[in-house]
Amino acid sequence: MTSELDIFVGNTTLIDEDVYRLWLDGYSVSDAVALRVRSGILEQTGATAAVLQSDTMDHYRTFQMLERLLHAPPKLLHQLIFQIPPSRQALLIERYYAFDEAFVREVLGKKLSKGTKKDLDDISTKTGITLKSCRRQFDNFKRVFKVVEEMRGSLVDNIQQHFLLSDRLARDYAAIVFFANNRFETGKKKLQYLSFGDFAFCAELMIQNWTLGAVGEAPTDPDPQADDMDMDLDKEFLQDLKELKVLVADKDLLDLHKSLVCTALRGKLGVFSEMEANFKNLSRGLVNVAAKLTHNKDVRDLFVDLVEKFVEPCRSDHWPLNDVRLFLNQYSASVHSLDGFRHQALWDRYMGTLRGCLLRLCHD
Amino acid sequence: MPGKLKVKIVAGRHLPVMDRASDLTDAFVEVKFGNTTFKTDVYLKSLNPQWNSEWFKFEVDDEDLQDEPLQITVLDHDTYSANDAIGKVYIDIDPLLYSEAATVISGWFPIYDTIHGIRGEINVVVKVDLFNDLNRFRQSSCGVKFFCTTSIPKCYRAVIIHGFVEELVVNEDPEYQWIDRIRTPRASNEARQRLISLMSGELQRKIGLKVLEMRGNAVVGYLQCFDLEGESGLVVRAIGTACTLDKLSSPAAFLPACNSPSKEMKEIPFNEDPNPNTHSSGPSTPLKNQTYSFSPSKSYSRQSSSSDTDLSLTPKTGMGSGSAGKEGGPFKALLRQQTQSALEQRGGSPHKFCRRREFPFFTLTAFPPGFLVHVGGVVSARSVKLLDRIHNPAFVGIMGNTRSYKLLDWNSFNSDEPETRDAWWAEIRQEIKSHAKALGCHAVVGYSESTSICEEVCILSASGTAAVLNPRFLQDGTVEGCLEQRLEENLPAGCGFCHIPYDELNMPFPAHLTYCYNCRKQKVPDVLFTTIDLPMDAAVIGKGCLIQARLCRLKKKAQAEANATAISNLLPFMEYEVHTQLMNKLKLKGMNALFGLRIQISVGENMLMGLASATGVYLAALPTPGGIQIAGKTPNDGSYEQHISHMQKKINDTIAKNKELYEINPPEISEEIIGSPIPEPRQRSRLLRSQSESSDEVTELDLSHGKKDAFVLEIDDTDAMEDVHSLLTDVPPPSGFYSCNTEIMPGINNWTSEIQMFTSVRVIRLSSLNLTNQALNKNFNDLCENLLKSLYFKLRSMIPCCLCHVNFTVSLPEDELIQVTVTAVAITFDKNQALQTTKTHAEKSLQRASTDNEELLQFPLELCSDSLPSHPFPPAKEHLESASSNSGIPAAQRAVTVEKASPVGEGNFRNRSSPPCANSTVGVVKMTPLSFIPGAKITKYLGIINMFFIRETTSLREEGGVSGFLHAFIAEVFAMVRAHVAALGGNAVVSYIMKQCVFMENPNKNQAQCLINVSGDAVVFVRESELEVVSTQQPAANCQPSCTGGEVTT
Repeated sequence: MTSELDIFVGNTTLIDEDVYRLWLDGYSVSDAVALRVRSGILEQTGATAAVLQSDTMDHYRTFQMLERLLHAPPKLLHQLIFQIPPSRQALLIERYYAFDEAFVREVLGKKLSKGTKKDLDDISTKTGITLKSCRRQFDNFKRVFKVVEEMRGSLVDNIQQHFLLSDRLARDYAAIVFFANNRFETGKKKLQYLSFGDFAFCAELMIQNWTLGAVGEAPTDPDPQADDMDMDLDKEFLQDLKELKVLVADKDLLDLHKSLVCTALRGKLGVFSEMEANFKNLSRGLVNVAAKLTHNKDVRDLFVDLVEKFVEPCRSDHWPLNDVRLFLNQYSASVHSLDGFRHQALWDRYMGTLRGCLLRLCHD
Repeated sequence: MPGKLKVKIVAGRHLPVMDRASDLTDAFVEVKFGNTTFKTDVYLKSLNPQWNSEWFKFEVDDEDLQDEPLQITVLDHDTYSANDAIGKVYIDIDPLLYSEAATVISGWFPIYDTIHGIRGEINVVVKVDLFNDLNRFRQSSCGVKFFCTTSIPKCYRAVIIHGFVEELVVNEDPEYQWIDRIRTPRASNEARQRLISLMSGELQRKIGLKVLEMRGNAVVGYLQCFDLEGESGLVVRAIGTACTLDKLSSPAAFLPACNSPSKEMKEIPFNEDPNPNTHSSGPSTPLKNQTYSFSPSKSYSRQSSSSDTDLSLTPKTGMGSGSAGKEGGPFKALLRQQTQSALEQRGGSPHKFCRRREFPFFTLTAFPPGFLVHVGGVVSARSVKLLDRIHNPAFVGIMGNTRSYKLLDWNSFNSDEPETRDAWWAEIRQEIKSHAKALGCHAVVGYSESTSICEEVCILSASGTAAVLNPRFLQDGTVEGCLEQRLEENLPAGCGFCHIPYDELNMPFPAHLTYCYNCRKQKVPDVLFTTIDLPMDAAVIGKGCLIQARLCRLKKKAQAEANATAISNLLPFMEYEVHTQLMNKLKLKGMNALFGLRIQISVGENMLMGLASATGVYLAALPTPGGIQIAGKTPNDGSYEQHISHMQKKINDTIAKNKELYEINPPEISEEIIGSPIPEPRQRSRLLRSQSESSDEVTELDLSHGKKDAFVLEIDDTDAMEDVHSLLTDVPPPSGFYSCNTEIMPGINNWTSEIQMFTSVRVIRLSSLNLTNQALNKNFNDLCENLLKSLYFKLRSMIPCCLCHVNFTVSLPEDELIQVTVTAVAITFDKNQALQTTKTHAEKSLQRASTDNEELLQFPLELCSDSLPSHPFPPAKEHLESASSNSGIPAAQRAVTVEKASPVGEGNFRNRSSPPCANSTVGVVKMTPLSFIPGAKITKYLGIINMFFIRETTSLREEGGVSGFLHAFIAEVFAMVRAHVAALGGNAVVSYIMKQCVFMENPNKNQAQCLINVSGDAVVFVRESELEVVSTQQPAANCQPSCTGGEVTT
């Protein structure tokens, strides 16, 4: 006796959260059944393995049918085939677009192309995430990227509107899309200590301040400018950053800057002497990073540079985070007192964001 | 020109990409009704076209309005080649033809293609302007309302229940037309869908005409079925109960039907008709067969046994069933005489609306209080027929072109054909009627008909419950004879229906009678089998449960007559065994009555399958069932004896366990009986059945096991051993679960609002090696048990819940395949309140036992204040109310009960599954096989939903194999039903039923095809909690789901 056909269709589509998770994690039906057996569900419910097998198959089939709709979540809301309560729809979408930290760290900043897709099996081996799940996550990134790529307006809003994600998840996707678009290097060994959250935090700051969408300092009022986009860095701004070079090139200015900072921080900093000794190096590092951003290559290496030029020196001198904060605040603020420096607004736009990023990057 | 149909095509969405180059579609729409077609403009390059068309107007006869479906075809415009069809929508406009139903059909309909499934949606608005028709000779029956619900619909009151209406129409099946060889599968499927749609329209119109003729205005319990007879054609047949219904304007201010003192109430619901040829068509036309002189069907010539077209009950010889009838002939004659005279008397009475009807059958399963007086038992009849290929000569003629003289007018064939089928059914109905008479009953309730077809053999089955109905519904005069005494006004409500309608001295079969355990006045049988729902006022102890008997019998492959003979020979044995199984399982559960009994016998190439489902209950009026004793035939072996006693212990334990599980604690009053041995331990059956070939005298199978002690199971061979084992293998549902196949579960009445309707299909392939009856039985048993287990597992999140209206259908699509389809609804209930009500229930039954007449008179009056009085099973709160009023609790105390009931409402809002979310664009449409929605009030019936779909694929593997294919198709069918209901302005389908699910596959060719037929009543319901004063909790609870949703969409 073999079961040729075995289906269950409810007027309200049954969604089992546990099975959904197993499906999203890319387990085969038999693996999923084995995992469910291990969870002790048979003992709890008095069911048999055959029942579990049939149930799992049913859910997997449902999810496969839903997957097409999940690729365009608004379709899931308007479709008539599956009657699913809104709260469940939201859950389906949110979980489908959720991703693994380990996976996203591997592909963050990489081009979402076929080439990267070919590397997914390596990533799968490395992270222990099933290839199927890797593919889903990669395809999600790529799909979101494709949809919002050419769109105007706020990146987060666009993602939310077209994929109906929660605010948190939409922000994460904005970061992923932003990183993929600008191809920031995140895979270097010295960046390994950084989490996706760190990068996402930086991405958000950069989107808010450094992109074309941020021009006019009114990110809440998306002005439908011709190329108002949140994804690309403001080219003009990057060009202008060269002007900051004067801060380190002009010796007087550099000395004045240093003395201003040192005067203000004397006695307040645990690592004052180290700061004093390192000031010129640090300042040169930060300003040079800014000046180099005209080259795409250097944009990509932004985080590597920041870690090399700032985070690592601080770390080797064991700066406490609070000292870093005090220093960065003072370092940015003191520039306003430099009479010979004319690019205050530019400096603020650069340093305001960088300060936030650096603080986030300074940890072990 | 009495009608104008107006259609507007608004927009489309989610259309498929038809042009690969642009990834877009140039869509336009054809709107067709009858022979008129309109087209919209082509909306270029869009997957979401906005046509916003003008109003397309069709001026048509109302006859066409009833028959024809509105056909909407969405196409992709192609400049150079033929336009590609995207898909179609068929809209039945019948609901627009009643004054009280829907006024407009407007909404998004899935665009359906028989090959690709649903491909996007289209927004359509349909209206009908009807002009008053003054033509008396009209062929249409606009305005007659149809209900699938097998009780009086909730917002109506029955003025008169007229009785049985039936009709069938026949056509050739397009799938078997010669043209099918040259047209595409899509064209063939569409031709079939359209034809069936047309035929059901025509059938409904004809039934409507009959109803008008009876001066009724509605058909309740309308059941329409298709017989796909293959080459011999396609039969669409329907049965129903004609009624005159009154719309209740305000649900609070009316009297329930039964209590209305109006003269109309005393109308005769049916009548014996000595001269049946009053209708132009119908079952009463066997004589016409001869006048038309179309050569008698082959079954007549081949099967002498069923060749009698006259319907007399004279004994015939034939391939008879096994045992001889035990029925006392003289008694029957006497009884028939009495009934006859009673009925004739009524027929002669000068009633204005007196209708002459041939069959006193009612498709209803639940009745207005007081309608049902006594229940005799189940009556059933089966008949094996051979289908003819009467169309064949014509096929040949067309194909060959040489024998064109045989090219006959199809219509002449078709007009003859129904006569044959009519005669077949008339024969069976006649038998049912005579069985009912044998049981001293003049009516059959809970009546249904079904067929099972395999190749050219067809088993026709009919069954129902013989009953005596209230004389107030018959006439105001007295009824003489044995009926008289039982028709007294002050019958105890809780047990009256159990009292035997037949004469104690002349019992139609050996039976063991006792005085009613409730009123102690009348005789009751020890076991009662019925096909109806448990009457609302029945005194029940404990809860009920689903009981199934399952059986397979191998049969040799044979052709035509030999095959029919083999089947006829097997049938009586199958019925006997199914019955024995049911009886044993009932005893094992410690119960004494079966409701909703449905025995299905399916025929396949090499086997027969029997599946009986019913809901077992313990009726307080009936005696406590005895246990089951096991005896060995060869008591010489010590270890064998030990084994026997071991088994006996197991059985006793099971019975004890079941009694506990189903809370069967009969009141003290019957204690004396429990302990004492059964005085005359003879099992007797109330199940009369027959095969049509058998003569009247041998129709009633003796199911009494002769003189043997019926409770003794003899283990004399391995077969019997198997039987005992199989008895014990039925696993009770996990705790928190109950199941029944009736409308609701006896003993549970505190339903909460969460419902989940589902369909589950399983097909197993038997390995051909071990095809023995035993192995078959085990396989079949496992299949059903596993299916149930799966259901319990899947629905575990709803615990505590009850699977209601569990409807199993079994079919044998191929040699070694068994297909089981289950449709049911899971309803949650409140466990705490269950305890409370059981208490009330026990209290009630105790009070019942003391038979307080005053209370009984009070009962209907109190019901009047109830908002849903005609409903036999008011959900949740009402039931509480009625329960309390039944038990005579004083008003003040009752108020308390009502208050206690209110948490049900609060619970509704906490339910996650049905959040009334504001941001959802697709309205929720509930579907249920029940006639009600728990915790809600049906405010309007919008019309009948009767849909037929075909789906075919030539890429089975790509669509996920057979499971993927059927899963998607059933989901699509649900979606289309919901869309139609929503377009009518409804939010639920009640009395939903999947009447047919025919699945065929050819994995080698990577092909599969499936036909599904569903029906139900589209309704508008309002939550009771919304009707009541809004509680403070409501907004808070409401906002929760919408908030979570809002978070996502904004």
